Amino acid sequence: MSKKVILIEDERNIIEAISFILSRDGWEVKTHSNGHDAIEAVRAGRPDLVILDVMLPGKSGFDILQEIRGDAGLAATPVLMLTARGQDKDREMAERVGASRYMTKPFSNAEVLDAVRDLVAR
Amino acid sequence: MVESSMIGSRIRERRVMNGLKQSELAKRAGISPSYLNLIEHNRRRIAGKTLNRLADVLGVSPGLLSEGAEATLIAALREAAARAEAGATPGENPGGGEGAETDRTEEFAGRFPGWARLLADLDRQRDELEATVKALTDRLAHDPQLAASLHEVISTVTAIRSTASILADTKPLEPEWQSRFHRNINEDSQRLAEGAEALVRYLEEAPDARSDIKSPQDELHAFLEANGFHFPALEGAGGAARIGSVIARAEHLETAAARGLARDALEGYVRDARRLPLPEIGQALAECGPDPAAIAARTRADMAGVFRRLAMLPEDLTGPVGLVICDLSGTVILRKPVLGFSMPRSAAACALWPLYQVLSQPGAPLRLRLKQGDARVLALAVSDAAGPARFDSPALYRPHMLLLPDPGEGATGPAREVGITCQVCPLASCEARREPSILGGGF
Repeated sequence: MSKKVILIEDERNIIEAISFILSRDGWEVKTHSNGHDAIEAVRAGRPDLVILDVMLPGKSGFDILQEIRGDAGLAATPVLMLTARGQDKDREMAERVGASRYMTKPFSNAEVLDAVRDLVAR
Repeated sequence: MVESSMIGSRIRERRVMNGLKQSELAKRAGISPSYLNLIEHNRRRIAGKTLNRLADVLGVSPGLLSEGAEATLIAALREAAARAEAGATPGENPGGGEGAETDRTEEFAGRFPGWARLLADLDRQRDELEATVKALTDRLAHDPQLAASLHEVISTVTAIRSTASILADTKPLEPEWQSRFHRNINEDSQRLAEGAEALVRYLEEAPDARSDIKSPQDELHAFLEANGFHFPALEGAGGAARIGSVIARAEHLETAAARGLARDALEGYVRDARRLPLPEIGQALAECGPDPAAIAARTRADMAGVFRRLAMLPEDLTGPVGLVICDLSGTVILRKPVLGFSMPRSAAACALWPLYQVLSQPGAPLRLRLKQGDARVLALAVSDAAGPARFDSPALYRPHMLLLPDPGEGATGPAREVGITCQVCPLASCEARREPSILGGGF
């Protein structure tokens, strides 16, 4: 059975591109495009991995990550954070709230794929 | 070493400057050369007649010889030396040399006052420039407009890179996917072009540029100002249908974002005009003058709506009327300056404005005279709800502040002294200050 990934990102064409490369690699991809009710989508989807953008409408990725880590059923789920902000303080913040990995835009498809495979295989 | 003990050094310095030999000065001052030699090496303290005679021959005031350099100059030199030492790499002397001879600061200032003053001035300028660079760097790092533009550009680049990579690397790629990704790249490249253009325009117009247009909000304000905040085409029946043509003809609305803001603003204008049509408010103005409370009572319109309507009518009907509206975060979203009362373009305004006072008391209007530099105005403030009350979201109030000519102290009491925004506010002691002012002695 294929592993499940939830991609929480608000840029439609990034969603389409990442969904495509992950689907072709055998992952079952679900997407969600706002921060407001992202935690509900993660709870409902029970994914093997969450790919989470930092700047989302409604709620920041950092807040959503905190909610994931605070939920006993989801706390162990690996989370790959994506952001257009490469500043050190954002990286520190991601580490502090429990990101499994942090990737700065613009990234390559191969980097995303490698990170996803690596995080789920652990 | 105390200043008075340096009189000898100053006498020697002056004598050399005047091209006098020690014996010549001694003779003209009526003292022996050996005594002058002791004085010049600070081994004899002098005052009174001897000091006066030496000063007379040297052509300076006795005070200059006895008091030496100003204490402030000496303090400035010591600060410069301390700063240089603090900024130097540990184990190295500033400038790679011996370091400043801080134990001889007073002697240096006394013997070379011009150089000393120059050094102190350069150090002060360096200090101010460093503070300015830091403040500008901070501002750039926290500028929401710049951050939003960069985020947009980087996200679009990411989408293009990812999509292009799929098109190049996926073999075979079904035609429908190919077509979809080509379309996505086309869309994103257009977005990227617009985003890059906006970014370049913003950066080109940063500090040194003279253009007033920087952000979509600036474009909106340029558009509103160019129209005197009044749109005759939108008055009367069918005004909403004419919004599109007003925007299409606008010269100042260059970006899609600004046109979107203008549409929202003009839709609000039409709603206000519908609630308080021109003939009705014209009649109320003729009877009550630009008195929002009287107009609201007479027309049964809400106070904030009356504020907006008054500010958007021609000045020959209302007299000078200014308006500021902010949102719940305190960000100014509409500004119509008047009567010399200045408003910041992008920074947060002065926390002492009654605009912010009504944030904590929605619905309760406030009237206050304000003094901002030479400007005097009467400010009327009220906060209204931006939409209907809902249980699932916070109440979004929009404080309004109407500005009218100052009626004088008799009408509403003394004026409150306010600023524009902290960064350019000269008020020295202000409890509401949140950051230093760039006026006066630097940051």
